[in-house]
Parts: sequence; C-alpha cells; structure tokens
Amino acid sequence: MTTTMTSEKALMAHLMRRAGFGASSEELDRLVEQGYDETVEQLLDVDRPNRMSDNLIRRYHSEYSGMMGNLSAGANWMYRMVSTDAPLREKLNLMWHGVYATGYSKLANGKVLHDQIRMFERHGMGSFKNLLIEISKDPAMLVWLDNVQNHNGAINENYGRELLELFSMGVGNYSEHDVKEAARAFTGWTIGNTEYMTMKCARDSVWPYGRLSFHFEFKADDHDDGEKEFLGHKGNFNGEDIVDIICQQPATADFLSRHIYSFFVADEAPVPEWPYKPPRDPAAIAALSNVYFESNYSIKAMLRFLFKSDFFKSEEARFQRIKGPAELVASVLRLTEEYGQPNISMNPTSQQAQFMGQWLLSPPSVEGWHWGTEWIDSGALVERVNFASERFGNIDSPGVRSVVDRILDNSDEDLPPDEVVDRALSELGITEISDNSREALIDFAKKQSEIATAEQTPRERVVNILKLVGATPEFQRA
Amino acid sequence: MVTAKRNPALVVIQLSGGNDAMNTVVPYTNGIYQDSRKAIGLVESEVIDINGTLGFHPSMGPIKQLWDKGNVAVINGIGYPVPNRSHFRSMDIWHTAESASIAPDGWLGRAIREIDPTHGNVITGINFGRGLPRSLHAKGVPVASVGNLGTYGLLPDIKDQQTRDMALDVFSRMYGPTDGTDAVLQAIGETGMGAYLGADILRTAPEMYSSSIEYEAEVEIAQSLRDISQVLQADLGTRVFYTLHGGYDTHAGELENHSKLWHELSTAVGDFFSDLDEHGRGDDAVVMIFSEFGRRIRDNGSGTDHGSGGAAFVIGNAVKGGFYGEYPSLELNAQVEGDMAFNNDFRSMYATLLDGWMGIDPHPILGDNYEQFDMFRR
Repeated sequence: MTTTMTSEKALMAHLMRRAGFGASSEELDRLVEQGYDETVEQLLDVDRPNRMSDNLIRRYHSEYSGMMGNLSAGANWMYRMVSTDAPLREKLNLMWHGVYATGYSKLANGKVLHDQIRMFERHGMGSFKNLLIEISKDPAMLVWLDNVQNHNGAINENYGRELLELFSMGVGNYSEHDVKEAARAFTGWTIGNTEYMTMKCARDSVWPYGRLSFHFEFKADDHDDGEKEFLGHKGNFNGEDIVDIICQQPATADFLSRHIYSFFVADEAPVPEWPYKPPRDPAAIAALSNVYFESNYSIKAMLRFLFKSDFFKSEEARFQRIKGPAELVASVLRLTEEYGQPNISMNPTSQQAQFMGQWLLSPPSVEGWHWGTEWIDSGALVERVNFASERFGNIDSPGVRSVVDRILDNSDEDLPPDEVVDRALSELGITEISDNSREALIDFAKKQSEIATAEQTPRERVVNILKLVGATPEFQRA
Repeated sequence: MVTAKRNPALVVIQLSGGNDAMNTVVPYTNGIYQDSRKAIGLVESEVIDINGTLGFHPSMGPIKQLWDKGNVAVINGIGYPVPNRSHFRSMDIWHTAESASIAPDGWLGRAIREIDPTHGNVITGINFGRGLPRSLHAKGVPVASVGNLGTYGLLPDIKDQQTRDMALDVFSRMYGPTDGTDAVLQAIGETGMGAYLGADILRTAPEMYSSSIEYEAEVEIAQSLRDISQVLQADLGTRVFYTLHGGYDTHAGELENHSKLWHELSTAVGDFFSDLDEHGRGDDAVVMIFSEFGRRIRDNGSGTDHGSGGAAFVIGNAVKGGFYGEYPSLELNAQVEGDMAFNNDFRSMYATLLDGWMGIDPHPILGDNYEQFDMFRR
C-alpha cells in the first residue's frame, strides 16, 4: 500500500469523497488550510448552497421546464450534483432517493419526482420526524405506494407496510396488526384530483402541454378517525401520530443510523440482510442512535457527530464504500469541469449512470438499489472504466488541462515514471493504492516513454496515465 | 457429416414504444378495422395477404418468406390481465414477468442463472446495446452489454493499438488475483477479470466470421443482428442474446414511420436467418419479437395512441409456423376501453420458449405454471 498525500490532506480527501463528490487537489489544499471542523460545518450549512441556476440551465434545456420525459429530471439533478457548492446536500438527496426509492415506471411523470427530490433538499437534513411526515405526504410517494387507494373502510396496506419495513424500523419490529392500523391512520392522505391524475399515470400517452404536478390533499371524509392500536399505543391516530410513535422507537434510531453509517462510513449489507446480520460496527450505530434521541431526531446532528467521530476519521474507514454510479459520474465531471456551462450533452452524459446500473428516478423497486459490490457487474464495470478513462483522457476539458499542468509543473519534460504516477493518483483523489496497481501503472509509464515517438507530447503521455488511473480498482471505491 | 449437438440459443428483439399490432398483422377485410383506421388503415392492395382475412404489413416481405417456409409463429392478442398503458410500467411487466407487483429481477436474468449457476461463462447472456434491460438483470448474474462488437471492450478510446495493448495489460494486472485480505478488492478484481476475459473472447468473433450476406449498413437493428450472428457462429457458449429496436411509439406519422421500422426489422431478420442457414446454423437459434403493448383500435388522424393486446413473433427453423391464439375480436363489446383484449398471456410464450426450446424448467423462472403452446418441431 502506498500513500500519495500527507495524512491531513488524505483525511480531507476522505471527507470530501464521502460528504461530497470528491475534490480536486487544489481544493483540498485550500480546505486543509481552512481546517477540518470548519469544513464539516460548511458542508452542514444548508443555507449557503450555490449552484448553477435553473434559469441558466433552461436556456440550454427547454425540455426541463415541463420535465416531460423520464430523463429530464435525472439530468437536471446531475447538473446540481456537478455544480453545487453544498455537495453534502446533493449527496444526502442520493441517500434519501435510495431509501425512499420512488420510480418513474409507475408515475410516468418526471415533474413529481423532481418535486420529491426538492423536498429532500428542504427537509433531508432537518428532523427525521418531519422528513417522515413529508414523505408520507409526498404526491409521488402517495401514488407510488398506492396510498391514493387507501380508503376509510377499505384499506390498502402498501404504504403502511413499507413505512415500517423500509422507511423507518425494519422487519421484525412490528406486527401485521401494526401494519393495518398504520394503514388506517393514513386513510384520506391522497393527492388532489386523484382519479384523473392516477388515470394519467396509467396512460402515458401524448401530453402536449407537459406534465401536471400533483399536490397533497387530506380528505377528512375518507379518513378513518376511529381508535387504533399501534405499537402498544391506543388513540384516534392520524398519520402524524403514527410517525410520532415510530420516531420514539429504538428500532427506528438503529435503522436510520445503519443507513447513515452505510452511506457515509462503510458499506453495510443490503437492507434485506439486516435482520440476520449484525452491523459492522455496533458501537458506532449505538452512538449515532444516541445522538438521534438527544438531538430530538436531528439528522444534521447525527451527521455532524459522524464526520467528527473516530470511526469515520479512522484509516480503517477509507475506501470502504463502492461509489454508486451517479456518484461516480458526478465525481468525474466535477474533476474534468466540463460542465462549467450548461451543454445539451448533459442528457446523454447523465445516462451514463443508467448504463452503469443506476437510472436516477427509476429504481428497480421500492427497495431501491442494492449497493456495495452489487453495483459492480461485468457490464457495469466496463461502463465505469470506459467512462472515467474517456473523460480523464479529454485534454480539452478545463479540469483535465489544469491537472496536467499541475502534474508537469508547466514544464515540457517527462517526469520519472513513479513521480508522474504518484502525482496523477493524487490529483484524481486516490490517496492510497495497492502496490500491485501502482507498479503496473509505473511499468506503463516507463514503457510508454521508451516507445515514445516524436509526434507524441509529454502532455499526451500524462493523459494516458490519467486514463488508467480512472481504470484502477481503487477508483471504483470512495 | 456429424456435427456436435449445439445448445439452442434464444435471440430476443424488443420493439420499444408499443408496436401497432393491428397494422402489423392486419385484419384488412374487417369492417371495424376499416372504419377505425380512416387515416392509417392498410387496404387489400397494400397488405401481403396471409389467409384471405389477415395480411402482413407491406414492409414485411422477408418475414412473409419465412412464414411461407413454415418458420414463423404469430401469437395474436398477447398481453396480461389489467393492462397498463405506461411504456415503462408495461415494459417492466414484460421484463420481470410479474404483473401484480414491482419485481427487481428479469426473467432472462433468472434463466441465465439456471443455465450457468456457477458463472462458468461470463458471456452466457449478452445484450447488444448500452446498459442492461431489466429483463437481463438478476443479482450476481454476469451479462455482457455490447454497444458495438467491433469496438467492444475496455478502454476503446485509446486508438493507438500498441498503447492500448499496454493499457489492457495494466488492467489485467490491476484486476488480477489479490492476497485475499480485502474481500471487496477481490470481488472487484474477479468482476474486472470477467469483463476483461469476456471482451477478449468476444473480440475473436468478428475475426472468425465471413458471410456473403450484406446486412443493411447504417441500420442499427441490422448491425446488431449481424453482431449476434457473429457471436453465435463463433460458438462461445452464449445462449441468450438481446437487442432493442426503438421508435414504435407511433402517435403521429404512423404510415411512414411504421413502414420504415418494419422494413428495417424484417429485412434484418430475413438476412439473419439467411446468414445462419448459409453457415448451416439455422437450426440453432430462435428469434422472439415482442413489444410492451399494442395500440388503440381507432386511429387519431395521424397515428395511434397506447393500447393493450399486441402481437408477438417466434421465428426459426425449429418453429412450427402459424397463428397461435385467435385474433381478438374488434366488436365493441369485446373491446377493453377501446383496445383489443388480450387472449394469450405473454408468460405462456415465455414458458414455451424456456421449456420447449431452451430445455429449462420454466416454473422457478416465472414463479407459476403457464399453459404452453405446441410450437417446436422437435
């Protein structure tokens, strides 16, 4: 194992890979100077986000106004991930999208999915209780999990069940009776003009005037106001009361903590295995659960605690996550800086994540995507490697140009093979690498300069090395 | 000459957008058809007559030739209960073979797992196109996705061959065996080697291939079927091939667009079988053609909107040609919200292909027993 950075800078690179989409070497230097704790606070500050404005994006993408198709909302989100100054917020949106996985297949409406992600933006770092209430009222969710068909006297259990199983507590912590009682409490939570809107979803046909947004509506006359018994509590509960009781459960604290740990510290097994497999670090989960209760369910407090904890900063947590496809695409594009301005090529570019197995806003099911090594099948790996290597190999991208300039120190001479490899790794954020990979890269650099022809410049040789750094097993991890 | 018995291969062609079944297998003598298709109806002088009441679309000459050889099965009125008219949901249903709930795995992914449970061959299933359709997805099942066979592989944008060979050598070293202390690195490494070897094996296919058949240039479906033919003839053990032909969402300009699509498709399918026959391989593959739904009975003045019951095709030397299932009645009382009703569950066709052609038990893949057609000659 070889390290390519000072330990302070390597820790900052770790923070930025996890709380964001990585950072250039230049930016890391600036952040190290600013200090670790200060950087954490900046990441947590939801009031300072700055990114490319929607007005600017729409001048290049008129199709984003109506969010007609299933690609616009995802491509629009990719702009946010690539351009934002508040990367943690977009990163967290990705986590919530995985947990509250809602998909185009049933909705046929990119606009309401876009609206759901914006909801995560407003509430994703606030109180977990508030977030659960918001997702329960979210129009896309109400259709996706059939709560629009959950009626007084004729319940549809789908939302009640997933709320407990996938959204808050996990299987084994509630009974079938609790599922039914929760469903009763959410009767009457629906969208305005329900029948027309759901019919529109089932008939994805020509929509010449664009998609209509759905909006939440509480229909008191369709709400079952009777007494319910839920997790040992009795009362004439409404959905808010159910969420309140859920939030008081230790199982909820552990479930949420495990999601946050898995997304920010180290890949856990996929959710269906949780009842049978203990967490990687039970003490970390217990500590996060503790913060959950002490802070009155504040997600921001949990994240602050996490980023400052030893279990996060530890060397053992480094590169213990596989980058998700959207994360990988965004992290490459942030380094290459090719979307400093909008460009219609963002539509096909954002589809790259789909080719790698993560079609944003079209998860395979309500369970979301399985992460970790399940991201990487052979077809997906070919796409990942070819995408990163192609983008890092484009010297016309401003980010690539400045990386090459920094590696060569603006000189026009080849560097020694080990020097050029270590600099390339460091510039692309790989702070440690197996000796096996590093030696293979150094041998390449050596051979390359041996067979060098007059037409090829030292800059082009550096670019070839950048391409191969994008192809390393290490680059697949965060 | 005695040749080794080869394992049967299935080639699936997905028509994306909802193919208009009524203008594909045309009930041209039916008064309701004529009245409903004022703008885009096909008449007797245009269609390629089949039996005096039904005719193929005028662009389907090559498929009619295969029909005349007795090699084309047409499944009429194919669909599933409670039709969904959203492209995405309906395609999902076809991909997962599950219409009641949202399922994460595809039926062909599950089939590949049954065929090769130990992943002995990383190219048992190949998709020709970018990204994996859900039909081919199943946890832990490797499936290659080939955009273009000629350039398929890792790092294709390194143009200089010597540099690319060096780069691929670096790749195989980086993804080679590890000391096993890092389970994740080991898993990535094994997958990387699978991708590397798969690409390496596939690269041999075009080199071994020669044919007198000239597939249409610049036509994606023709090029995909040529790629499939190359891989099939190279005997690399691939059993499931998959590709898409898009553009069937003919809300407008249907006459023109639909003609072009079916010209491309049927020419490519005809060439594909001529190519296989020329190399004595025509008995080794069966082609299945499907779409997520059919379209409305009544046209909209220029095209047709989303409907339900559709038509599917199973084509090959091993197929007993003919119509399977009644053509759905167009009478008002038989319509489902203005659409043709379905009278054949698509999973019956899947079960027939899995059991009758591929020799795999369909029950674990489809999760239920579906009535099968008697569709194969052996």
